Amino acid sequence: MNFLEQYNYWIVIILMMSGFYIVIAHGNLIKKMIGLTVFQTSVFILYISMSKVTAGTAPILNEAYKVYSNPLPHVLILTAIVVGIATTALGLALVVRIKEAYGSVEEDLIQEKDLQQEGSE
Amino acid sequence: MLMGVYSLLTASFFVLMDAVDVAFTEAAVGAGISTILMVTVLSMAGRFENRQLHHPRIALFVVLITGVMLVYGTFDMPAFGDLNAPVQTHVAPYYLQQSAQDIDIPNVVTSVLASYRGFDTFGEVVVVFTAVIGVLAMLEFSRKPDTTGDEPAPMYQHKILRIVGKILIPPIMLFALYVQFHGEYGPGGGFQAGVIFAAAIILHAMLFGVESTRKAVSMPVVKVLAAVGVLIYGSVGVVAMLNGGRFLEYNALAENPITGQHVGIIIIELGVGITVATAMMLIFLTFARRVGKANGDSA
Repeated sequence: MNFLEQYNYWIVIILMMSGFYIVIAHGNLIKKMIGLTVFQTSVFILYISMSKVTAGTAPILNEAYKVYSNPLPHVLILTAIVVGIATTALGLALVVRIKEAYGSVEEDLIQEKDLQQEGSE
Repeated sequence: MLMGVYSLLTASFFVLMDAVDVAFTEAAVGAGISTILMVTVLSMAGRFENRQLHHPRIALFVVLITGVMLVYGTFDMPAFGDLNAPVQTHVAPYYLQQSAQDIDIPNVVTSVLASYRGFDTFGEVVVVFTAVIGVLAMLEFSRKPDTTGDEPAPMYQHKILRIVGKILIPPIMLFALYVQFHGEYGPGGGFQAGVIFAAAIILHAMLFGVESTRKAVSMPVVKVLAAVGVLIYGSVGVVAMLNGGRFLEYNALAENPITGQHVGIIIIELGVGITVATAMMLIFLTFARRVGKANGDSA
């Protein structure tokens, strides 16, 4: 049976679901960003694990090797990591502004303040 | 801290799976820059969260259902490391076999990144640039008057940290340049070099204070450089068009197509490196100043 041959996907799924849980269950905006980062990393691992070939080596051409792992996912993820940190920074910038405006990063408190403001107008 | 350990673990995963270029980037970005950013923002928002979760049972239920469905989906997936998986049979063999003749540089990741998929990479660089503009727009300009004094950095009294850090900064920068210009032959390239270079600057900021770093690297210059990097990349494309090729077709850059490829790749990697390095520096320096100011006000 080839059940155990797909363990890489299961590790990815465990990581992905942990990130997902953090994003939906926590009210703290920073926690949500961390959850998103975990989720993001799981996607990176998914791509990289797909590019691996048994007995292959890093895709740097050399006479001594015949089998290389797939370079395309490496390229996609390489750029995705840098773009990911840039977008995470953008998200954190929003969190900083929210904290300055509302004095809190908890979703419930922010919503409460919004409702109060609407009531007072 | 746990985030840093997690990223470093991920990076070592990548090395095990033969993705050295990716491991490089993840180690610098994940273990360095993103952890520092998170800690900076946390220092402002407070360490403790409201313990109340939103319907944890329902959330767990949703997560479990999704997870089970995903696991069910994997039963049709090819096994780990399978040579005949669909991923390995379409364009990848072409890249591995033809890039030696088309482009003639050993690191296939670099040739795919900069040449075959140059258009895509251009898009990514523009995304990074746009994100920086967003961060600057939200955090750099404040309606409050600028009241920050020249107080010494929190790390300043740690003599050992200061001296060791000072010794480390130049080699890190040198290593970044090596990674930048050696990217065609070994693992490396503009993205990796950019984040490593930025890490050196961030180290300086942690040791000597954000304000002194902002003076040392001169913020207006850094802002201009971030745009210049994108400009360099784009102009390579335009020059290729003026020489009778298509946008980003490096073969048109020189008499010999292979030389054209080399010239194109080196120049656009330089553009990528400049933009990424300055982008990361700008993001960190803006965050650190804003958060430092907010903490100073509340204290």
